[in-house]
Amino acid sequence: MQPKADQSEPTLTSRRQDPALDYIKSENPLLPRLFKRISAGPGVMGFLSATPFSLLMLAAFVAPLLCVVWFRFMPPKSFSLLHVPTLANYAEIFSHTYYKSVLWSLGLAVATVLLLLVICYPLAFALAKVFRGGAAFVTYAIASSLFVSENVRLFGWVIGLMKNGVVGGTLASLGFPIESLLYNVPVILLGMVYVYLPFMLFPLALGVQMVPTQVREAAFDLGATRWQVLKRIDLPLSMPGVLIGSLLVFVLSLGALAEAKILGGQKVVTIAADIETEFTFGQNWPLGSALSTLLILITTVLVFLCLGRFDLEKLLGKKPAE
Amino acid sequence: MLISRAQKTGLSLYATLTLLLFYFPLVCLLVAAVSQKRYFSFPYPLENVTTKWFAEAIASEQVAEYVGVSLKIASLTTVLSVGIGFFAALAYARHAWKCRRMFQKIVLLPLFFPQSVLGLALLMWFNFLGVTPCWQTAVIAHTVWIAPIATLIMAIQAYGLDPSLEEAARDMGAGTPRILARITLPLMAPGMVSAACFSLLLSWGNFALSLYTTGADSALPEWLYARMTGGYKPVVPAIGILSVVAAVAVLLLLFGAMKLAAKRRAA
Repeated sequence: MQPKADQSEPTLTSRRQDPALDYIKSENPLLPRLFKRISAGPGVMGFLSATPFSLLMLAAFVAPLLCVVWFRFMPPKSFSLLHVPTLANYAEIFSHTYYKSVLWSLGLAVATVLLLLVICYPLAFALAKVFRGGAAFVTYAIASSLFVSENVRLFGWVIGLMKNGVVGGTLASLGFPIESLLYNVPVILLGMVYVYLPFMLFPLALGVQMVPTQVREAAFDLGATRWQVLKRIDLPLSMPGVLIGSLLVFVLSLGALAEAKILGGQKVVTIAADIETEFTFGQNWPLGSALSTLLILITTVLVFLCLGRFDLEKLLGKKPAE
Repeated sequence: MLISRAQKTGLSLYATLTLLLFYFPLVCLLVAAVSQKRYFSFPYPLENVTTKWFAEAIASEQVAEYVGVSLKIASLTTVLSVGIGFFAALAYARHAWKCRRMFQKIVLLPLFFPQSVLGLALLMWFNFLGVTPCWQTAVIAHTVWIAPIATLIMAIQAYGLDPSLEEAARDMGAGTPRILARITLPLMAPGMVSAACFSLLLSWGNFALSLYTTGADSALPEWLYARMTGGYKPVVPAIGILSVVAAVAVLLLLFGAMKLAAKRRAA
Protein backbone atom coordinates (compact mmCIF):
# COMPACT_ATOMS: atom_id res chain seq x y z
CA MET A 1 0.00 0.00 0.00
CA GLN A 2 2.91 2.31 0.55
CA PRO A 3 3.68 4.41 -2.48
CA LYS A 4 6.90 3.35 -4.14
CA ALA A 5 9.91 5.56 -4.34
CA ASP A 6 10.52 7.50 -7.42
CA GLN A 7 14.20 6.81 -7.47
CA SER A 8 14.70 7.13 -11.17
CA GLU A 9 16.14 10.18 -12.80
CA PRO A 10 14.00 13.31 -12.55
CA THR A 11 11.64 13.30 -15.50
CA LEU A 12 12.10 15.39 -18.59
CA THR A 13 9.63 18.01 -17.50
CA SER A 14 11.31 18.50 -14.17
CA ARG A 15 14.67 18.91 -15.83
CA ARG A 16 13.23 21.51 -18.09
CA GLN A 17 11.84 23.32 -15.07
CA ASP A 18 15.18 23.29 -13.38
CA PRO A 19 17.99 24.25 -15.73
CA ALA A 20 20.39 24.55 -12.82
CA LEU A 21 20.29 20.78 -12.37
CA ASP A 22 22.47 19.87 -15.35
CA TYR A 23 25.03 22.36 -14.30
CA ILE A 24 25.16 21.01 -10.76
CA LYS A 25 25.42 17.47 -12.06
CA SER A 26 28.47 18.14 -14.16
CA GLU A 27 30.41 20.28 -11.75
CA ASN A 28 29.90 19.26 -8.14
CA PRO A 29 31.27 16.34 -6.15
CA LEU A 30 28.98 13.44 -5.39
CA LEU A 31 27.35 14.20 -2.04
CA PRO A 32 26.17 17.76 -2.56
CA ARG A 33 25.15 16.69 -6.02
CA LEU A 34 22.91 13.98 -4.62
CA PHE A 35 21.48 16.34 -2.07
CA LYS A 36 20.79 18.95 -4.70
CA ARG A 37 19.10 16.42 -6.89
CA ILE A 38 16.90 15.17 -4.08
CA SER A 39 15.88 18.67 -3.14
CA ALA A 40 15.39 19.77 -6.71
CA GLY A 41 13.52 16.86 -8.31
CA PRO A 42 9.79 17.40 -7.83
CA GLY A 43 9.09 13.67 -8.00
CA VAL A 44 11.38 13.00 -5.09
CA MET A 45 9.98 15.93 -3.15
CA GLY A 46 6.50 14.47 -3.46
CA PHE A 47 7.71 11.09 -2.31
CA LEU A 48 9.61 12.56 0.64
CA SER A 49 6.64 14.68 1.72
CA ALA A 50 4.38 11.66 1.61
CA THR A 51 6.74 9.52 3.67
CA PRO A 52 5.74 10.46 7.26
CA PHE A 53 2.08 9.99 6.47
CA SER A 54 2.68 6.71 4.68
CA LEU A 55 4.73 5.40 7.59
CA LEU A 56 1.98 6.33 10.02
CA MET A 57 -0.57 4.51 7.87
CA LEU A 58 1.63 1.42 7.61
CA ALA A 59 2.37 1.22 11.31
CA ALA A 60 -1.00 2.23 12.72
CA PHE A 61 -3.57 1.39 10.06
CA VAL A 62 -2.44 -1.41 7.75
CA ALA A 63 -0.56 -3.42 10.37
CA PRO A 64 -3.41 -3.43 12.93
CA LEU A 65 -5.90 -4.48 10.28
CA LEU A 66 -3.69 -7.32 9.17
CA CYS A 67 -3.33 -8.23 12.82
CA VAL A 68 -7.12 -8.51 13.16
CA VAL A 69 -7.42 -10.54 10.00
CA TRP A 70 -4.73 -12.94 11.25
CA PHE A 71 -6.23 -13.17 14.72
CA ARG A 72 -9.50 -14.50 13.39
CA PHE A 73 -7.72 -17.77 12.53
CA MET A 74 -6.54 -18.30 16.11
CA PRO A 75 -8.32 -20.91 18.26
CA PRO A 76 -11.29 -19.58 20.27
CA LYS A 77 -10.55 -17.82 23.60
CA SER A 78 -6.85 -17.37 22.91
CA PHE A 79 -5.06 -14.07 23.37
CA SER A 80 -1.92 -14.70 21.42
CA LEU A 81 -1.28 -14.59 17.72
CA LEU A 82 1.01 -17.59 17.80
CA HIS A 83 -1.32 -20.55 17.58
CA VAL A 84 -2.11 -22.99 14.81
CA PRO A 85 -4.61 -21.28 12.53
CA THR A 86 -8.14 -22.67 12.59
CA LEU A 87 -11.51 -21.89 11.10
CA ALA A 88 -13.45 -22.71 14.28
CA ASN A 89 -14.50 -19.08 14.71
CA TYR A 90 -16.37 -19.06 11.46
CA ALA A 91 -18.26 -22.17 12.43
CA GLU A 92 -19.25 -20.33 15.59
CA ILE A 93 -20.45 -17.26 13.71
CA PHE A 94 -22.79 -19.30 11.58
CA SER A 95 -23.96 -21.62 14.34
CA HIS A 96 -24.66 -18.71 16.68
CA THR A 97 -27.00 -15.75 16.37
CA TYR A 98 -24.30 -13.42 15.12
CA TYR A 99 -25.69 -13.45 11.61
CA LYS A 100 -28.70 -11.67 13.11
CA SER A 101 -26.65 -8.73 14.32
CA VAL A 102 -24.86 -8.61 10.96
CA LEU A 103 -28.22 -8.42 9.22
CA TRP A 104 -29.46 -5.78 11.66
CA SER A 105 -26.38 -3.66 11.05
CA LEU A 106 -26.61 -3.99 7.28
CA GLY A 107 -30.33 -3.19 7.33
CA LEU A 108 -29.89 -0.17 9.59
CA ALA A 109 -27.01 1.09 7.45
CA VAL A 110 -28.98 0.77 4.20
CA ALA A 111 -32.02 2.46 5.76
CA THR A 112 -29.85 5.29 7.09
CA VAL A 113 -28.31 5.88 3.66
CA LEU A 114 -31.68 5.95 1.90
CA LEU A 115 -33.30 8.23 4.48
CA LEU A 116 -30.35 10.59 4.41
CA LEU A 117 -30.36 10.77 0.61
CA VAL A 118 -33.98 11.87 0.67
CA ILE A 119 -33.50 14.27 3.59
CA CYS A 120 -30.25 15.81 2.40
CA TYR A 121 -30.77 16.21 -1.33
CA PRO A 122 -33.08 19.25 -1.10
CA LEU A 123 -30.82 20.73 1.54
CA ALA A 124 -27.70 20.14 -0.53
CA PHE A 125 -29.44 21.65 -3.54
CA ALA A 126 -30.38 24.70 -1.49
CA LEU A 127 -26.83 25.05 -0.15
CA ALA A 128 -25.20 24.72 -3.56
CA LYS A 129 -27.62 26.59 -5.81
CA VAL A 130 -30.19 28.66 -3.94
CA PHE A 131 -28.93 30.15 -0.69
CA ARG A 132 -26.28 32.83 -0.77
CA GLY A 133 -25.30 34.19 2.66
CA GLY A 134 -27.49 31.61 4.36
CA ALA A 135 -25.49 28.74 2.92
CA ALA A 136 -22.42 29.60 4.98
CA PHE A 137 -24.52 29.87 8.12
CA VAL A 138 -26.19 26.49 7.62
CA THR A 139 -22.84 24.91 6.77
CA TYR A 140 -21.17 26.24 9.90
CA ALA A 141 -24.13 25.36 12.10
CA ILE A 142 -24.13 21.76 10.93
CA ALA A 143 -20.36 21.35 10.75
CA SER A 144 -19.83 22.59 14.30
CA SER A 145 -21.99 19.77 15.61
CA LEU A 146 -19.20 17.42 14.56
CA PHE A 147 -17.09 18.75 17.38
CA VAL A 148 -19.50 17.64 20.06
CA SER A 149 -19.08 14.04 21.05
CA GLU A 150 -21.78 12.00 19.34
CA ASN A 151 -22.83 10.32 22.56
CA VAL A 152 -23.44 13.70 24.18
CA ARG A 153 -25.76 14.63 21.32
CA LEU A 154 -27.52 11.28 21.42
CA PHE A 155 -28.01 11.68 25.12
CA GLY A 156 -29.82 14.93 24.36
CA TRP A 157 -32.33 12.86 22.38
CA VAL A 158 -32.73 10.53 25.34
CA ILE A 159 -33.66 13.46 27.54
CA GLY A 160 -35.96 14.76 24.85
CA LEU A 161 -37.77 11.50 24.17
CA MET A 162 -37.80 9.61 27.46
CA LYS A 163 -40.90 9.28 29.60
CA ASN A 164 -41.50 12.69 31.19
CA GLY A 165 -38.82 14.03 28.87
CA VAL A 166 -39.06 17.29 26.97
CA VAL A 167 -41.43 15.96 24.29
CA GLY A 168 -43.37 13.57 26.50
CA GLY A 169 -43.73 16.09 29.32
CA THR A 170 -44.92 18.82 26.99
CA LEU A 171 -47.53 16.51 25.45
CA ALA A 172 -48.62 15.31 28.90
CA SER A 173 -49.13 18.85 30.16
CA LEU A 174 -51.25 19.48 27.06
CA GLY A 175 -53.35 16.47 27.98
CA PHE A 176 -51.84 13.77 25.75
CA PRO A 177 -49.82 11.53 28.04
CA ILE A 178 -47.57 9.14 26.10
CA GLU A 179 -45.21 6.33 26.98
CA SER A 180 -41.49 6.61 26.47
CA LEU A 181 -40.53 7.04 22.83
CA LEU A 182 -37.20 5.33 23.36
CA TYR A 183 -35.96 1.80 22.90
CA ASN A 184 -37.35 0.87 19.52
CA VAL A 185 -35.99 0.57 16.01
CA PRO A 186 -37.27 3.89 14.55
CA VAL A 187 -35.57 5.80 17.34
CA ILE A 188 -32.26 4.04 16.64
CA LEU A 189 -32.69 5.03 13.02
CA LEU A 190 -33.39 8.60 14.08
CA GLY A 191 -30.16 8.61 16.06
CA MET A 192 -28.15 7.31 13.13
CA VAL A 193 -29.71 9.71 10.64
CA TYR A 194 -29.00 12.51 13.08
CA VAL A 195 -25.37 11.63 13.76
CA TYR A 196 -24.41 10.93 10.13
CA LEU A 197 -26.31 13.79 8.47
CA PRO A 198 -23.20 15.98 7.99
CA PHE A 199 -21.37 13.12 6.30
CA MET A 200 -24.09 12.92 3.66
CA LEU A 201 -24.88 16.60 3.35
CA PHE A 202 -21.41 17.97 2.56
CA PRO A 203 -20.41 15.47 -0.17
CA LEU A 204 -23.87 15.89 -1.68
CA ALA A 205 -23.56 19.67 -1.70
CA LEU A 206 -20.18 19.34 -3.44
CA GLY A 207 -21.77 16.99 -5.96
CA VAL A 208 -24.74 19.27 -6.68
CA GLN A 209 -22.34 22.17 -7.12
CA MET A 210 -20.79 20.27 -10.02
CA VAL A 211 -24.05 20.38 -12.01
CA PRO A 212 -23.75 23.33 -14.42
CA THR A 213 -26.70 25.68 -14.06
CA GLN A 214 -26.81 26.28 -17.83
CA VAL A 215 -27.45 22.61 -18.51
CA ARG A 216 -30.45 22.65 -16.20
CA GLU A 217 -31.69 25.87 -17.82
CA ALA A 218 -31.31 24.37 -21.26
CA ALA A 219 -33.29 21.31 -20.23
CA PHE A 220 -36.10 23.45 -18.89
CA ASP A 221 -36.07 25.56 -22.06
CA LEU A 222 -36.44 22.42 -24.11
CA GLY A 223 -39.56 21.57 -22.16
CA ALA A 224 -38.31 19.02 -19.67
CA THR A 225 -40.38 18.54 -16.54
CA ARG A 226 -38.91 18.92 -13.07
CA TRP A 227 -38.85 15.17 -12.62
CA GLN A 228 -37.06 14.66 -15.94
CA VAL A 229 -34.44 17.24 -15.03
CA LEU A 230 -33.86 15.55 -11.70
CA LYS A 231 -33.61 12.11 -13.24
CA ARG A 232 -31.68 12.93 -16.40
CA ILE A 233 -29.50 15.85 -15.32
CA ASP A 234 -29.25 16.54 -11.60
CA LEU A 235 -28.76 12.99 -10.37
CA PRO A 236 -26.30 11.74 -13.01
CA LEU A 237 -24.16 14.87 -12.88
CA SER A 238 -24.02 14.98 -9.09
CA MET A 239 -23.36 11.24 -8.88
CA PRO A 240 -19.83 11.53 -7.40
CA GLY A 241 -21.24 13.43 -4.43
CA VAL A 242 -24.14 11.01 -4.07
CA LEU A 243 -21.80 8.03 -4.16
CA ILE A 244 -19.22 9.42 -1.76
CA GLY A 245 -21.87 10.55 0.70
CA SER A 246 -23.66 7.20 0.58
CA LEU A 247 -20.44 5.27 0.92
CA LEU A 248 -19.30 7.35 3.87
CA VAL A 249 -22.62 7.05 5.68
CA PHE A 250 -22.95 3.34 4.92
CA VAL A 251 -19.50 2.50 6.20
CA LEU A 252 -19.76 4.67 9.29
CA SER A 253 -23.19 3.38 10.26
CA LEU A 254 -22.06 -0.19 9.73
CA GLY A 255 -19.69 0.39 12.63
CA ALA A 256 -22.27 2.27 14.68
CA LEU A 257 -22.28 1.38 18.34
CA ALA A 258 -23.51 4.24 20.48
CA GLU A 259 -26.86 4.82 18.71
CA ALA A 260 -28.24 1.35 19.38
CA LYS A 261 -26.87 1.31 22.91
CA ILE A 262 -27.94 4.73 24.10
CA LEU A 263 -31.23 5.15 22.23
CA GLY A 264 -32.15 1.53 21.64
CA GLY A 265 -31.50 -0.02 25.02
CA GLN A 266 -30.97 -3.72 24.37
CA LYS A 267 -33.62 -3.85 21.67
CA VAL A 268 -31.25 -4.32 18.79
CA VAL A 269 -27.73 -5.71 18.99
CA THR A 270 -25.56 -4.39 16.16
CA ILE A 271 -22.47 -6.12 14.95
CA ALA A 272 -20.27 -3.43 16.48
CA ALA A 273 -21.92 -4.12 19.84
CA ASP A 274 -21.31 -7.85 19.39
CA ILE A 275 -17.68 -7.20 18.63
CA GLU A 276 -17.35 -4.99 21.68
CA THR A 277 -18.88 -7.71 23.86
CA GLU A 278 -16.50 -10.35 22.54
CA PHE A 279 -13.56 -8.13 23.36
CA THR A 280 -14.74 -7.12 26.83
CA PHE A 281 -17.12 -9.44 28.71
CA GLY A 282 -16.91 -12.34 26.28
CA GLN A 283 -13.11 -12.42 26.36
CA ASN A 284 -13.09 -14.21 23.04
CA TRP A 285 -10.74 -12.17 20.92
CA PRO A 286 -10.51 -14.52 17.94
CA LEU A 287 -14.27 -14.56 17.58
CA GLY A 288 -14.36 -10.78 17.91
CA SER A 289 -11.76 -10.46 15.19
CA ALA A 290 -13.62 -12.85 12.94
CA LEU A 291 -16.62 -10.53 13.21
CA SER A 292 -14.42 -7.47 12.68
CA THR A 293 -12.84 -9.06 9.64
CA LEU A 294 -16.29 -9.36 8.14
CA LEU A 295 -16.78 -5.61 8.59
CA ILE A 296 -13.30 -4.84 7.28
CA LEU A 297 -13.96 -6.97 4.21
CA ILE A 298 -17.30 -5.32 3.37
CA THR A 299 -15.81 -1.87 3.91
CA THR A 300 -12.65 -2.43 1.90
CA VAL A 301 -14.44 -3.91 -1.10
CA LEU A 302 -16.99 -1.08 -1.17
CA VAL A 303 -14.40 1.67 -0.75
CA PHE A 304 -12.15 0.33 -3.48
CA LEU A 305 -15.08 -0.17 -5.83
CA CYS A 306 -16.31 3.39 -5.31
CA LEU A 307 -13.14 5.43 -4.90
CA GLY A 308 -11.57 3.88 -7.98
CA ARG A 309 -14.27 5.50 -10.07
CA PHE A 310 -13.58 9.15 -9.83
CA ASP A 311 -10.99 11.80 -9.86
CA LEU A 312 -10.53 13.27 -6.42
CA GLU A 313 -8.99 16.47 -7.75
CA LYS A 314 -12.05 17.15 -9.87
CA LEU A 315 -14.26 16.83 -6.81
CA LEU A 316 -12.25 19.40 -4.92
CA GLY A 317 -12.81 21.62 -7.94
CA LYS A 318 -9.13 22.27 -8.51
CA LYS A 319 -6.72 21.59 -11.29
CA PRO A 320 -3.56 19.77 -10.30
CA ALA A 321 -0.71 22.04 -9.35
CA GLU A 322 2.24 22.00 -11.78
CA MET B 1 -35.41 32.21 -13.28
CA LEU B 2 -35.23 28.51 -12.51
CA ILE B 3 -36.15 28.73 -8.86
CA SER B 4 -39.39 30.41 -8.03
CA ARG B 5 -39.92 32.50 -4.94
CA ALA B 6 -42.21 29.87 -3.46
CA GLN B 7 -39.58 27.19 -3.87
CA LYS B 8 -37.00 29.41 -2.27
CA THR B 9 -39.24 30.00 0.73
CA GLY B 10 -39.96 26.31 0.94
CA LEU B 11 -36.30 25.43 0.94
CA SER B 12 -35.54 28.07 3.55
CA LEU B 13 -38.29 26.70 5.77
CA TYR B 14 -36.96 23.22 5.29
CA ALA B 15 -33.42 24.28 6.19
CA THR B 16 -34.64 26.13 9.27
CA LEU B 17 -36.63 23.13 10.41
CA THR B 18 -33.65 20.83 9.91
CA LEU B 19 -31.42 23.15 11.91
CA LEU B 20 -33.97 23.38 14.72
CA LEU B 21 -34.26 19.59 14.89
CA PHE B 22 -30.51 19.38 14.67
CA TYR B 23 -30.05 21.51 17.75
CA PHE B 24 -33.02 20.09 19.63
CA PRO B 25 -30.91 17.52 21.57
CA LEU B 26 -28.52 20.21 22.76
CA VAL B 27 -31.43 22.30 23.97
CA CYS B 28 -32.73 19.26 25.82
CA LEU B 29 -29.34 18.80 27.44
CA LEU B 30 -29.36 22.39 28.60
CA VAL B 31 -32.88 22.02 29.99
CA ALA B 32 -31.80 18.94 31.93
CA ALA B 33 -28.57 20.49 33.14
CA VAL B 34 -30.29 23.41 34.85
CA SER B 35 -33.02 21.32 36.46
CA GLN B 36 -32.67 21.07 40.23
CA LYS B 37 -34.21 17.63 40.74
CA ARG B 38 -32.04 14.52 40.77
CA TYR B 39 -34.45 12.76 38.43
CA PHE B 40 -35.30 14.75 35.41
CA SER B 41 -38.91 15.33 34.46
CA PHE B 42 -40.34 17.98 32.20
CA PRO B 43 -41.88 20.53 32.50
CA TYR B 44 -40.59 21.82 35.81
CA PRO B 45 -41.33 25.13 37.58
CA LEU B 46 -39.04 28.03 36.75
CA GLU B 47 -37.82 28.42 40.35
CA ASN B 48 -36.25 24.98 40.04
CA VAL B 49 -33.71 26.34 37.58
CA THR B 50 -30.27 26.08 39.09
CA THR B 51 -26.63 26.26 38.13
CA LYS B 52 -25.47 24.03 40.96
CA TRP B 53 -24.71 21.07 38.64
CA PHE B 54 -22.36 23.24 36.65
CA ALA B 55 -20.65 24.29 39.85
CA GLU B 56 -20.42 20.67 40.92
CA ALA B 57 -18.99 19.65 37.55
CA ILE B 58 -16.35 22.37 37.66
CA ALA B 59 -15.41 21.65 41.26
CA SER B 60 -15.16 17.88 40.80
CA GLU B 61 -11.60 16.58 40.84
CA GLN B 62 -12.62 13.44 39.03
CA VAL B 63 -14.02 15.42 36.14
CA ALA B 64 -10.91 17.58 36.08
CA GLU B 65 -8.85 14.44 35.67
CA TYR B 66 -10.86 13.25 32.64
CA VAL B 67 -10.69 16.71 31.13
CA GLY B 68 -6.93 16.64 31.67
CA VAL B 69 -6.59 13.31 29.87
CA SER B 70 -8.78 14.54 27.01
CA LEU B 71 -6.75 17.73 26.70
CA LYS B 72 -3.45 15.87 26.72
CA ILE B 73 -4.66 13.54 23.98
CA ALA B 74 -6.16 16.36 21.93
CA SER B 75 -3.14 18.64 22.04
CA LEU B 76 -0.59 15.96 21.19
CA THR B 77 -2.85 14.65 18.42
CA THR B 78 -3.10 18.16 17.01
CA VAL B 79 0.66 18.66 16.91
CA LEU B 80 1.24 15.29 15.26
CA SER B 81 -1.62 15.61 12.79
CA VAL B 82 -0.69 19.10 11.64
CA GLY B 83 3.00 18.15 11.38
CA ILE B 84 2.42 15.00 9.38
CA GLY B 85 -0.49 16.50 7.48
CA PHE B 86 1.55 19.52 6.39
CA PHE B 87 3.91 17.38 4.36
CA ALA B 88 1.17 15.02 3.27
CA ALA B 89 -0.82 17.99 1.96
CA LEU B 90 2.18 19.09 -0.12
CA ALA B 91 2.44 15.57 -1.53
CA TYR B 92 -1.32 15.57 -2.08
CA ALA B 93 -1.68 18.85 -3.88
CA ARG B 94 1.59 20.61 -4.56
CA HIS B 95 4.18 18.17 -5.86
CA ALA B 96 3.85 16.21 -9.05
CA TRP B 97 5.05 12.69 -8.43
CA LYS B 98 4.46 9.20 -9.64
CA CYS B 99 2.15 7.75 -7.01
CA ARG B 100 0.17 10.88 -6.29
CA ARG B 101 -3.21 9.55 -7.43
CA MET B 102 -2.77 6.49 -5.25
CA PHE B 103 -1.58 8.57 -2.34
CA GLN B 104 -4.72 10.72 -2.58
CA LYS B 105 -6.83 7.61 -2.19
CA ILE B 106 -4.76 6.30 0.68
CA VAL B 107 -5.31 9.59 2.51
CA LEU B 108 -9.07 9.04 2.35
CA LEU B 109 -8.97 5.41 3.41
CA PRO B 110 -9.00 5.78 7.23
CA LEU B 111 -11.98 8.15 6.97
CA PHE B 112 -13.99 5.50 5.14
CA PHE B 113 -13.61 3.08 7.96
CA PRO B 114 -15.78 2.25 10.96
CA GLN B 115 -14.01 3.85 13.90
CA SER B 116 -14.93 1.17 16.38
CA VAL B 117 -13.23 -1.46 14.23
CA LEU B 118 -10.19 0.75 13.78
CA GLY B 119 -9.93 1.31 17.54
CA LEU B 120 -10.23 -2.38 18.18
CA ALA B 121 -7.66 -3.29 15.55
CA LEU B 122 -5.25 -0.89 17.19
CA LEU B 123 -5.96 -2.41 20.61
CA MET B 124 -5.04 -5.84 19.28
CA TRP B 125 -1.97 -4.47 17.56
CA PHE B 126 -0.75 -2.80 20.76
CA ASN B 127 -1.44 -6.01 22.63
CA PHE B 128 0.59 -7.95 20.08
CA LEU B 129 3.46 -5.48 20.38
CA GLY B 130 3.29 -5.72 24.16
CA VAL B 131 2.32 -2.07 24.66
CA THR B 132 -0.08 -1.38 27.54
CA PRO B 133 -2.86 0.93 26.33
CA CYS B 134 -2.77 4.36 27.96
CA TRP B 135 -3.43 7.89 26.82
CA GLN B 136 -0.36 7.86 24.57
CA THR B 137 -1.71 4.95 22.57
CA ALA B 138 -4.98 6.85 22.21
CA VAL B 139 -2.97 9.68 20.66
CA ILE B 140 -1.77 7.27 17.96
CA ALA B 141 -5.32 6.07 17.34
CA HIS B 142 -6.65 9.63 17.09
CA THR B 143 -3.80 10.64 14.78
CA VAL B 144 -4.54 7.82 12.33
CA TRP B 145 -8.03 9.19 11.91
CA ILE B 146 -7.37 12.94 12.26
CA ALA B 147 -4.14 13.31 10.24
CA PRO B 148 -6.03 12.53 6.99
CA ILE B 149 -8.59 15.21 7.82
CA ALA B 150 -5.86 17.72 8.59
CA THR B 151 -4.19 16.74 5.32
CA LEU B 152 -7.35 17.38 3.31
CA ILE B 153 -7.89 20.78 4.92
CA MET B 154 -4.31 21.85 4.27
CA ALA B 155 -4.45 20.36 0.75
CA ILE B 156 -7.11 22.93 -0.13
CA GLN B 157 -4.61 25.63 0.84
CA ALA B 158 -1.77 23.82 -0.94
CA TYR B 159 -3.74 23.80 -4.21
CA GLY B 160 -3.71 27.57 -4.04
CA LEU B 161 0.06 27.87 -3.62
CA ASP B 162 1.82 29.63 -6.43
CA PRO B 163 4.69 27.34 -7.51
CA SER B 164 6.56 30.22 -9.08
CA LEU B 165 7.29 31.68 -5.64
CA GLU B 166 9.17 28.56 -4.61
CA GLU B 167 10.92 28.42 -7.96
CA ALA B 168 11.99 32.02 -7.64
CA ALA B 169 13.44 31.32 -4.20
CA ARG B 170 15.28 28.30 -5.59
CA ASP B 171 16.67 30.30 -8.48
CA MET B 172 18.04 32.79 -5.99
CA GLY B 173 19.89 29.99 -4.26
CA ALA B 174 17.66 29.00 -1.35
CA GLY B 175 17.85 25.35 -0.30
CA THR B 176 14.84 23.17 0.36
CA PRO B 177 14.74 23.64 4.17
CA ARG B 178 14.95 27.37 3.73
CA ILE B 179 12.23 27.45 1.09
CA LEU B 180 10.00 25.39 3.37
CA ALA B 181 10.55 27.67 6.32
CA ARG B 182 10.46 31.04 4.57
CA ILE B 183 8.04 30.50 1.66
CA THR B 184 5.86 27.42 2.02
CA LEU B 185 5.20 27.56 5.75
CA PRO B 186 3.97 31.18 5.89
CA LEU B 187 1.79 30.64 2.82
CA MET B 188 0.26 27.53 4.33
CA ALA B 189 -0.29 29.14 7.75
CA PRO B 190 -4.05 29.84 7.43
CA GLY B 191 -4.72 26.26 6.39
CA MET B 192 -2.57 25.03 9.24
CA VAL B 193 -4.51 27.06 11.77
CA SER B 194 -7.87 25.68 10.65
CA ALA B 195 -6.44 22.17 10.46
CA ALA B 196 -5.18 22.55 14.02
CA CYS B 197 -8.59 23.68 15.25
CA PHE B 198 -10.32 20.81 13.50
CA SER B 199 -7.83 18.33 14.93
CA LEU B 200 -8.20 19.66 18.44
CA LEU B 201 -11.99 19.61 18.36
CA LEU B 202 -12.37 16.26 16.66
CA SER B 203 -10.00 14.63 19.10
CA TRP B 204 -11.75 16.32 22.02
CA GLY B 205 -15.11 14.91 20.98
CA ASN B 206 -13.99 11.50 19.80
CA PHE B 207 -15.49 8.54 21.54
CA ALA B 208 -15.23 5.38 19.42
CA LEU B 209 -11.45 5.43 19.13
CA SER B 210 -10.83 6.38 22.75
CA LEU B 211 -13.11 3.61 23.97
CA TYR B 212 -10.65 0.91 22.98
CA THR B 213 -7.31 2.63 23.09
CA THR B 214 -7.08 4.65 26.31
CA GLY B 215 -6.68 1.63 28.61
CA ALA B 216 -6.62 2.63 32.24
CA ASP B 217 -6.76 6.35 31.47
CA SER B 218 -10.20 7.54 30.52
CA ALA B 219 -11.13 10.41 28.23
CA LEU B 220 -14.11 12.65 28.93
CA PRO B 221 -16.47 11.22 26.24
CA GLU B 222 -15.83 7.70 27.56
CA TRP B 223 -16.71 8.68 31.09
CA LEU B 224 -19.86 10.45 29.89
CA TYR B 225 -20.86 7.34 27.94
CA ALA B 226 -20.44 5.15 31.01
CA ARG B 227 -22.58 7.56 33.04
CA MET B 228 -25.24 7.70 30.34
CA THR B 229 -25.69 3.98 29.99
CA GLY B 230 -25.22 3.44 33.72
CA GLY B 231 -26.66 5.66 36.44
CA TYR B 232 -28.01 9.07 35.45
CA LYS B 233 -26.80 12.13 37.27
CA PRO B 234 -27.67 15.72 36.39
CA VAL B 235 -23.92 16.40 36.34
CA VAL B 236 -23.74 14.44 33.08
CA PRO B 237 -25.76 16.86 30.92
CA ALA B 238 -24.03 19.74 32.71
CA ILE B 239 -20.62 18.40 31.66
CA GLY B 240 -21.96 17.75 28.17
CA ILE B 241 -23.03 21.39 27.91
CA LEU B 242 -19.70 22.61 29.28
CA SER B 243 -17.82 20.57 26.69
CA VAL B 244 -20.01 22.08 23.98
CA VAL B 245 -19.26 25.56 25.32
CA ALA B 246 -15.53 24.81 25.24
CA ALA B 247 -15.77 23.68 21.61
CA VAL B 248 -17.76 26.77 20.64
CA ALA B 249 -15.17 28.97 22.35
CA VAL B 250 -12.38 27.42 20.26
CA LEU B 251 -14.44 27.92 17.09
CA LEU B 252 -15.11 31.57 17.93
CA LEU B 253 -11.41 32.13 18.58
CA LEU B 254 -10.69 30.64 15.15
CA PHE B 255 -13.21 32.93 13.49
CA GLY B 256 -11.85 35.95 15.32
CA ALA B 257 -8.31 35.10 14.25
CA MET B 258 -9.38 34.64 10.64
CA LYS B 259 -11.30 37.92 10.57
CA LEU B 260 -8.29 39.69 12.08
CA ALA B 261 -5.93 38.15 9.54
CA ALA B 262 -8.25 39.12 6.68
CA LYS B 263 -8.44 42.68 7.97
CA ARG B 264 -4.67 42.92 8.27
CA ARG B 265 -4.26 41.61 4.74
CA ALA B 266 -6.75 44.17 3.45
CA ALA B 267 -5.00 47.03 5.23
